[in-house]
Amino acid sequence: MESISPISVLVRNETGVLSRVSGLFARRGFNIHSLAVGETDNPQVSRISVVVAGDPPIIEQVVKQLRRLVSVIKVSDLTDKPRVERGLALLKVKAEPAQRGELLQLVNVFRARVDHVDNECLILEVTGNREKVEAFIDIMRPHGILEMARTGQIAMARGRGPMADYWAAGALEPADEEATFNLSRTGDPNWDQE
Amino acid sequence: MNTPAKPMDPQQHGLQFTGADAVVAGLKHQGVDMIFGMIGGQIMPVYDALFKDGGIKHIIVGHEQGAAHMAEGYARATGKVGVVLTTSGPGATNLVTGLADAFMDSTPMVAITGQVSSGLLGNDAFQEADMRGITMPITKHNYQINSVEELPEVLAEALFVALSGRPGPVLIDLPKDVAVAACSRALAVPCAPTGYKPPYRGHPLQIGRALKMLQKARRPVILAGGGVVSAGAHEELKDLAETAGIPVTTSLMGLGALPADHPLFLGMPGMHGTGYANLALYHADAILCVGTRLDDRITGKLEAFAPSAAFIHVDVDASEIGKNLPCAVPIVGDAKPVLKALAQGAADWETKPDYQPWHQRIEGWKKRYPMTYVDPPGELAPQRVVETLGRMLPEEAIIVTGVGQHQMYTAQFYPFRRPRTLITSGGLGTMGFGLPAAIGAKLGRPETEVFLIDGDGSFLMTIQELATAVRYRVPVVAVILNNNFLGMVRQWQELFYDKRLAETDLQPPPYAQVAQAFGGLGREVTSAEELEPALAWARREAAAKRLPVVLDVAVQRDALVLPMVPPGGANAEFIPCPGQEKED
Repeated sequence: MESISPISVLVRNETGVLSRVSGLFARRGFNIHSLAVGETDNPQVSRISVVVAGDPPIIEQVVKQLRRLVSVIKVSDLTDKPRVERGLALLKVKAEPAQRGELLQLVNVFRARVDHVDNECLILEVTGNREKVEAFIDIMRPHGILEMARTGQIAMARGRGPMADYWAAGALEPADEEATFNLSRTGDPNWDQE
Repeated sequence: MNTPAKPMDPQQHGLQFTGADAVVAGLKHQGVDMIFGMIGGQIMPVYDALFKDGGIKHIIVGHEQGAAHMAEGYARATGKVGVVLTTSGPGATNLVTGLADAFMDSTPMVAITGQVSSGLLGNDAFQEADMRGITMPITKHNYQINSVEELPEVLAEALFVALSGRPGPVLIDLPKDVAVAACSRALAVPCAPTGYKPPYRGHPLQIGRALKMLQKARRPVILAGGGVVSAGAHEELKDLAETAGIPVTTSLMGLGALPADHPLFLGMPGMHGTGYANLALYHADAILCVGTRLDDRITGKLEAFAPSAAFIHVDVDASEIGKNLPCAVPIVGDAKPVLKALAQGAADWETKPDYQPWHQRIEGWKKRYPMTYVDPPGELAPQRVVETLGRMLPEEAIIVTGVGQHQMYTAQFYPFRRPRTLITSGGLGTMGFGLPAAIGAKLGRPETEVFLIDGDGSFLMTIQELATAVRYRVPVVAVILNNNFLGMVRQWQELFYDKRLAETDLQPPPYAQVAQAFGGLGREVTSAEELEPALAWARREAAAKRLPVVLDVAVQRDALVLPMVPPGGANAEFIPCPGQEKED
C-alpha cells in the first residue's frame, strides 16, 4: 500500500547537507513529493521536512538510508503519528473587477488571504495541509491560474513527541557510552516499543 | 594508536605552524604511520609538512587509483585505516574508483585531496574539481575545510568515522589557502561528532528471539559476510557454529572467517558458489545472516532464494536489514558482541535442537556435488594453479586477487583458513584492484607472505604499480593465470551470447619481460611440471632480493568457472561442476 509519508530529518547545519539528502533520494530512486529546509531554534541544526511516496518497506529504507548519513542527527517518520502539517501556496489568479466577488467568497471558505489586487488579477495565499492546499488550487483552476508557487510541507508531531524527547536527552551533547547506546541511531524497528 | 603527537616547534624551524602541519600532526596522533599518494600543485603544503616532520612513511605511486587500492590493501590486511593523499582535480578524480570500491566493501580509508584556494572555488580554476560533490555518493562522509580552525576536529572525526560502525572511505578536501594558513593548535579535542553514534551491542530482546528461532529450526544455516572479518568476530562465529552445530557458508568477503577445512563449512554460496551451499540455503528453514549485504551475486533470483527460510539479520548498518529480503529478527549491532551473545545463549540451551538429519542431507549434497575440475590434456587448469598454491603456502599467507575468473577460482579452490587472508574487490568488482592492493597489504604486513593471483586482463589495468613495488622493494609474488582472454566475459559470451566473442580476445604483453623491464623478476610457466618449481623459485627470490616477482602462467584458454547460477536464475538451479548431473 503506497502511502504519502512526512519524514522529519534533523541535520547538522553545514554546507552541502541538502545535497547529501536530495542526492540520496535521487540515487536510490525514492520519490519526493515535497521538501522544505530551515534552521531550527538551534543554529547548528536544520530541519528538513520531506514528504515521500512509497509502500512501507520503501519508507523504512528511506528512514534507514537517511540515518546512515553522518550529517543526519535524527530521523522521524510521522506517517502514523498525530501531527500538524502545513504548506503554503501563492496563486496569481485572473480576476477582472467583475469576478472578484466570487473569488473572495472562495478565499473566505478556505480561510485564504488576498495579498495583492489589481485590475487583472489577485495574488492569493493559502496555508494548510496538503489536501487543503490542493483543494484550493483545484477550485481556482477554472478561474485561470496565471502563476503559482508552493512550499514544501512541514510537519510536527502533536504532544511532546520523539523529537522533543530527543532534545531533552541532550542529543547534541557528547554522549557517554551507555547514552550512546540508548540514543543509538539503530533504526531497530522494535527499539521504541521496549 | 596512541603515539603522542609532537607538533613541530615553529621557533626551532623559524617557520609558522600551518594547517598542513596540523594535518600531519593529527594523522600521527591517530597512529597513521603510512600514506599512499602522489604530489601535485595544490597539495604541496602537506607534502612539505610531511617532509619536515619525517615521521610518516609516504609511498609515491604510479597513478592515484593505485594509491587508493594500496590503501585498501593496507587497511584490509591490518585492520587499520588506509590513508591517501593526492592533489586537486585529476589527482583527486583518479581516486574515484578506489573510493567507490572501498565504499562497497566497507574498507576504512581516509583520502585527503588538495583543492584550489577558497577564493577560487567555483570558478573553474586550474585543476579544480568538485570533489565533495563527486564523492558524496561513494564515501561514508566527506568534508571540505572552510577554515584552518576546524581542521583538527575534522581530521579526528574523519578517522573515527572511517573506522567505526560500518567502516568506509572518508574524503577531506583541503583548499590550499587553508593548508598554508597559520594554525594555533595541532590536535583536536576528543572526538564526538554530533549525531553520529554507531551501534555496538545488539538488542538483548532480539538476540533472545533469534536464539528461540534457531532452537526451533530444523534446517538452520549461518551466512557470514565481510562484516564478520572486519569486526574480528571469527572466533565468535566459530564458537556459535560449533556450540549450536549450525553449518556456515561465507560470502566472498567473508572467506577466512571460518577455516575452509572446518567440518561445518559449506564454502561460498551464490553465482559461483558450491552446489551444497546453494542447496543448503535453498532448503533452510532459518538463516542467520551476519555482516552481509545479501547482494545479488549471493541471492540470485530473490524470489527463489531460500524460499522457506525465516531470516535473522545481524548488521551494524541498519539499512542493510530488510533491504533485499524481509527479515524476521533484525539485530542492529556489531558482529562480535552479537555473535558472542548468541554463542553464550546457545550454550545455555536446555534442549539441544537435533540438526542431525539436516547435517546428513548436507553431507549427501557434498558427496553429490563436490568441487572438482578437469585437467585438460596439454594445458594447465587454472584451478590446479590455485590448488597448488593452497597446498604450498602457510595458512597466514595473504592472497590478493583482481576481478574475473581467477578471482572465482581463488574463492573456490584456495583454502582460506584465517580472516584477512583474502583481499579482493567484492562489491564493485574492480579489475586492476589486485597489484596495488597486494603492495599495500605487503607494506602493512611486511612479515607475511603476500601473493597476488591475477588475470591477464586485470593485471594490465594497474600494471604501472610494478614501479612502486620495485622502488620500495615490496616482495609480492604475482601469479598471473594467463588465458589470453578476458575470461569471465568470454564465459558469459560462450554461455549466453551464442559464442560471439566480442572484444574478449586479449593479446597481453609478455608479463615476465615487463616485470624485468620495471626492475622486478619475471618468469613464464607453460606446463604443469614447471609450476611447483616456479612457485618455489618465486617465493625464494622475492624474499632474497626484496623485489616483486611475476609468474606468467599459461593456463587453459577456455576453462569455465563452475558451478554457475545463470544471471537472474534461481540458485538451486546451478550448472554443476564438470561430470556432475544436476538432479531436480
